[in-house]
Amino acid sequence: MSEAHWRHKDLLDVEALSFSEITRLLDTAARFMEINARPVKKVPTLRGRSIVLFFAEPSTRTKTSFDVAGKRLSADTFSLGVSGSSITKGESLKDTALTLQAMAPDIIVIRHSSSGAAHFLAERLDCSVVNAGDGRHAHPTQALLDAFTLRELWGPDMAGKTLLIAGDIAHSRVARSNVLLWAKLGVSVRIFGPRTLLPPGVAAWPAEVYDNLDEAVSGVDAIMGLRLQLERQQAGLLPDLAEYARRFCIGRRHLNRAAAGAVVLHPGPINRGMEIASEIADSAQSRILDQVAAGVAVRMALLFTLAMRNEVQ
Amino acid sequence: MQSADRHDAVFLEQVLIPSLHAPGPYNVLACEGKIAACAPAGEFEAPAGVASIPGKGLRLFPSFVDAHAHLREPGFEYKEDIESGLRAAAYGGFGAVFAMPNTSPVNDQAAVTAFMLDRARLRHPFGPRLYPVGALTVGLEGRELARMGELSEAGCAAFSNDGRWVTSTEIFRRGMEYAAQWGRLVIDHCEDEFLAKDTHMNEGAVSGRIGVAGQPTVAEALHVARDVLLSEYLDLPVHLAHISCRQSLELISFAKERGVKVTAETCPHYLCLDDTRLENYDTAAKVNPPLRGARDVQALRRAVQDGIMDIFVTDHAPHAAHEKEVPLDQAPSGCIGLETALPLTYGLVREGLLAEKAFIRMWHDAPAAIFSIPVNNFAVGDPADFFLFDPDSEWEVTRETIHSKSLNTPFLGARLKGRVLAHWLGGHRIV
Repeated sequence: MSEAHWRHKDLLDVEALSFSEITRLLDTAARFMEINARPVKKVPTLRGRSIVLFFAEPSTRTKTSFDVAGKRLSADTFSLGVSGSSITKGESLKDTALTLQAMAPDIIVIRHSSSGAAHFLAERLDCSVVNAGDGRHAHPTQALLDAFTLRELWGPDMAGKTLLIAGDIAHSRVARSNVLLWAKLGVSVRIFGPRTLLPPGVAAWPAEVYDNLDEAVSGVDAIMGLRLQLERQQAGLLPDLAEYARRFCIGRRHLNRAAAGAVVLHPGPINRGMEIASEIADSAQSRILDQVAAGVAVRMALLFTLAMRNEVQ
Repeated sequence: MQSADRHDAVFLEQVLIPSLHAPGPYNVLACEGKIAACAPAGEFEAPAGVASIPGKGLRLFPSFVDAHAHLREPGFEYKEDIESGLRAAAYGGFGAVFAMPNTSPVNDQAAVTAFMLDRARLRHPFGPRLYPVGALTVGLEGRELARMGELSEAGCAAFSNDGRWVTSTEIFRRGMEYAAQWGRLVIDHCEDEFLAKDTHMNEGAVSGRIGVAGQPTVAEALHVARDVLLSEYLDLPVHLAHISCRQSLELISFAKERGVKVTAETCPHYLCLDDTRLENYDTAAKVNPPLRGARDVQALRRAVQDGIMDIFVTDHAPHAAHEKEVPLDQAPSGCIGLETALPLTYGLVREGLLAEKAFIRMWHDAPAAIFSIPVNNFAVGDPADFFLFDPDSEWEVTRETIHSKSLNTPFLGARLKGRVLAHWLGGHRIV
């Protein structure tokens, strides 16, 4: 299937990926996209492989997406969730990891509330580890599916395009992985959010930081809204939610300032009227549901690539 | 070595003593726990029946003082206990160790102090000597003053809320005043509770990039400023624990210029490592205050060089392996330091940043003066507390070389230069 050799045992963040590796993953995803359009969506590629979905933090969308991706490749997928799991009984991540390892899976997909949890697992396990979101740190498959969505729209040469990421940047693993990925793809990234929700050192990121939403959206080719966790207000980072909705929500007038044909992305789940106006989420410019479809294809591509690498090894 | 039959005497030959005016070589004789003679080598020989210990090329340092350690007993003996902690201290070159009160129960009552001193005397009758630090407030809760009169009488050498903050400036002020009544110094762990809440490393470019909640340097500096102002207002001394950042140093420097009675300590790890050490979420490098940015490290090294920093301490903070083998945000803060402190700080001497005499002052004379404990100036009658140090001996930090029960150190596996070869306290050989 491939020309370039895939070097990575794990996918912990997009940081480790080269431009050609990203391109190859997205190309592979495009082929799976075709399969997903067929009436029978299942291929026997990963028959007999087992994939553990270890989600130590509540998740419906990402977990389902990985589950569907694995099943369409005919892999056996096993879920380990929060409720009823040994995590709630006080088992340490190390012991959970070793227990999972003993079940000899080919790939473990992990979602965890601690930044670095995927690294922690990858250091200790022989099987491939896929980071499905670790704390505020990284969510590489989300960034890849965002790239896939926009590449479908913009074509493979995306250099020169501009993307705005707006909202709670400080606590967002989606923002961190996206900023790194788009920099590799040559897309200019803008960042906008309340100053209390910007991470320290953001000035040194490969992105331009804006204080004003009208200026931030001006002429951009895509806008990515980020979910506002309601607990940020309780933590004293925001005055109140009404103020947030008035000052930081992306509405029609913002979209009108963007470039012609600009689109809107959101990793979901959406707080309608909070970070993104309901009308925008449902508009023709919204690519939010495309992102979901892309998510399955990108995750199929990743699981396939890792399984093939392990076979060669 | 000659055959010896006198065991109450120690004779060291041809040692260098950098703390003296001329470094030597000297011959040193200790009898009955005291220095009996110390003179240029050749001026006198070993008395009959006393073995001569060759010390050519080696340093003889007065036993060092660690004014800040956590020995974990009572309550957390699985991390460390007084026996293992003092053993590690002996091998690290320390003859006096200040044990912080965040044990379980907290050392806020005489019974706990007495228990700790009993353990030390039972397990290490010849030392290292334990100096319990009493809790400044009951249960370290920061609300009511602890019974500092009772605790002083029981043997507490200083008072601190270490590991916890004192949010109420009123309580802290009264603590300084009341401790002074018993001739005791207050050691403040400078940390703003609100700025530091739920943080796991230094706030900066690294924390922003790797997505870990960071503690800003002002969380420390704010309390340093508070303490400096209180100290000046009350005309009472205060000692600032584990200083880690530039802003604190500027405030301390300002205070000293005004003659405020402020003294400060820092630890080897703040001088050797910065927050990039946490890029891979290494819990061994999670300490509190956190490892700071490179500019803070540079500022600390300059403060050591310029004499703004008064003393070194280890902030030896053992934790069991299973406690540290978790994601970064779940790991407790702290690293062990009793056995790595000397080689690490001697590195500053090697780099030419610190004169050997100043190095000894920061580990011996200065802490002894701040906390009013006996010193060894190698004058006749001084306590025979000293150790032989080979600055060129290299060793690797491993389970085999470390005597502490715990092994949580960012220097695990590192090769360090400089080693304690032998250690005497009151003339008794303890290493």
